[in-house]
Amino acid sequence: MAVNQSGREKSPESGKSLVSLSNVTCGYHNRVVFQNLSLQIFQRQFAGLVGPSGAGKSTLLKVILGVVPVLSGTVMVSGTQVNGRHPPHIGYVPQIETVDWDFPVTVEQVVAMGLYRQSRRLPWLTREERKRIKDLLEELGIGSYAHRQIKALSGGEQQRVFLARALVGNPELLILDEPTSGVDLKTQHAILHLLGELNRRGVTILITTHDLNAVARHLPWVICFNKQIIAQGDPDEVFTAPVLSRTYDSEMSVIRHGDIILIDDSPKAGLHFKRHQHTPENQGRRGRLK
Amino acid sequence: MSFMTTPLKYEFFIHGLIAASLVGGVCGLIGVYIVLRRMSYIGHGLSHAVFGGAVVSTVMKWNFYLGAGLWGFFSVLLINYVAGKKKIGADAAIGVVTTASFAVGVAIISQYRRFTKNFEAALFGNILGVTSEDLWMITIVALVSALLIGIFYRQLLFTTFDAEVARIYGVPVGWTESLFSLILAAVIIVSMQVMGVTMIAAAIVIPAVVARLITDSFNKIVFLSVLIGIFCGIFGMYLSFHLNVSSGATIVLVGAAIFLITYLIQLLKERTVLPKEGTLPAPLDSVPTHQHPHEHAGFFHVHEHSNHEEDPSETE
Repeated sequence: MAVNQSGREKSPESGKSLVSLSNVTCGYHNRVVFQNLSLQIFQRQFAGLVGPSGAGKSTLLKVILGVVPVLSGTVMVSGTQVNGRHPPHIGYVPQIETVDWDFPVTVEQVVAMGLYRQSRRLPWLTREERKRIKDLLEELGIGSYAHRQIKALSGGEQQRVFLARALVGNPELLILDEPTSGVDLKTQHAILHLLGELNRRGVTILITTHDLNAVARHLPWVICFNKQIIAQGDPDEVFTAPVLSRTYDSEMSVIRHGDIILIDDSPKAGLHFKRHQHTPENQGRRGRLK
Repeated sequence: MSFMTTPLKYEFFIHGLIAASLVGGVCGLIGVYIVLRRMSYIGHGLSHAVFGGAVVSTVMKWNFYLGAGLWGFFSVLLINYVAGKKKIGADAAIGVVTTASFAVGVAIISQYRRFTKNFEAALFGNILGVTSEDLWMITIVALVSALLIGIFYRQLLFTTFDAEVARIYGVPVGWTESLFSLILAAVIIVSMQVMGVTMIAAAIVIPAVVARLITDSFNKIVFLSVLIGIFCGIFGMYLSFHLNVSSGATIVLVGAAIFLITYLIQLLKERTVLPKEGTLPAPLDSVPTHQHPHEHAGFFHVHEHSNHEEDPSETE
C-alpha cells in the first residue's frame, strides 16, 4: 500500500539525455531478450524500472553498463557509444544477493574498488583516497565502519557500503539492481530516501525493483517494462490497473483515494482475478495427476 | 638439535630446503586467490596437465621448463576456451583437458619404461633431484610471482571478489585472469620437483584454508598463508629426510596436521563461547527495581524499572 507524495518534479524531459537507446535488439544464447527498444534517461532523472521476473530488466541495465553487447541498434551514455564497452562515470550497485558475504574484505577495501578507474593503480591506498572514502562513509552514516568486515554489518549498512563504492568515483549516473530486495521495510524506505537526496544533489539514478508501492511513494518517474516499454511517466499517471496488468501479464488492482495510490501487488491478486475454465481435458489431466 | 643440524651437512638437503620454503611460500600466496575464488580444483588439474608436458619434453629432449611451460600455458588457454562454451562448466573443462594431458604422460611412460624412476619423483616429489638450475628457476618464479601479485594487488582483489562488477569499474578482468593463470602455471612447473604433481594442489590450498580459518582480514590471510606455506616446506623437508619419505607427501602431511589442529581449535572455540563474567543477565528476581511515573506514546503511567545505569539514548 502506498502514499504518493505530491510536489515532485514531474517531467525530467527538460534535462539533457544521459542514456539513449535507439532500436536496440539484445539477446544471448540464440534467444532475443528484447528488440527495437528505444529509451532515454535524462540528466537528474530518478527512474524506477519495474516489470516481472524475466522481463529483461537486468539485461537492460547490463546493456547500459556495457556488460552485454547489443545485436543491433545504438546505446549512448554521456554522448559515447557503449556497445560492449564499459562507459566511465557510472556507479553500479549489484543485487545484494549476488555478493559473496563470506569474502574477507573490509568496508574500506570494498569502497576503494570504486576508485579503480581514477586510481594510479598503486597496491596501497593513497592519503587522498583514504580521506575521500572516509568522508563519503561519514556522509552515508557509516563512518566508523571503515575497518569492519562487510559480513559484520546489517542489511541497510551493507547496502550503504555498496552505494559508497558506486558513489566514490563521482558518477554522473547511478544504476542499482534491486536495491530494496533482501532488506526490511524500514531499511527499504531509508535507502530510497537516501537515493532521493542524492538525486536532489544532481545524480541521475536508475533502479530496478519489484516493490511497486515503494516506487509509487518515493520515485518521480517509472518505466513499466516487459520486453518492451509498456508505459513510462509519473507513477500517479502510469500506475493504472490496465498498464500494470499488461506489464505483469496478470490482473492487478490499483486503489486511489485523493493523492493516495494503493497497489495490491500480492500474487494472489493475479490468481484471484485470472479467469480459467475447467474443460473436460484439464479436468481429466487433474484426475491423472491424482 | 641433531634433527635440525644433521641434514644441513648435505648440499642436496640445503638445496631442497631452500626450494621447499620458496615453493611453500609462493604456493601459499597464490593459494589465497584460488581458495577465495573457490577454484581449488584448478591447481589439481593444472599440475596433472603439466605432467604430460614434462614427459613429452623429456622424451623429445627439450628443455624441461620450456616444454612443460608451453604445455601448461596451452592447457590453460584450452581450459578457458572449453569453459567458455556455456554448456560445459569450467570444472568439467578442467577435468577433460587436464586428465587427457596426464594420460598422454602416462601413455608415453609405459612405452619408455626406463623413465619410471624419474617420473615417480615427478609424481610424488624428491629432494634429491633439486639441481642448482632448478633452484634458480624456483627463486626467479617465486620472486616474480610475488612481485606481480603485489603490483596488481587491486586488480586481483577486485577480480577475485566480483569479476563482473570489477569489469564495470574498468578493471581489465580478462587480462588479470590470464596473468594469474600464467603465474599459477609457472609456480606449478617449478614446484614439481619438490612437491610432485599429485601433491601440488594440497600445497596451494592448505595454507590458505588454514589462514582463512584463523582470520577474517584479507591482508592477514595473505601474510599467514605465506608463513604457513614456508613452515610446511621447511618442516616437511626435515621429516622427508629423517623418515625417508617423499618430500611432497611430508610437506602435505605437515599442512594437513596444521589444518586439523586449527580446525579443532576453531570448533572448540565455537562450542565454548560463553558471555564473559559479568555480562550474563542476572536472574530477574535478583535485579533491584524501582517505580516512577512516566509517559510512553502519550500514555501517562507507572510500572517497574530495573536500577541499571540510565542509557542517555533513552527518551522516556
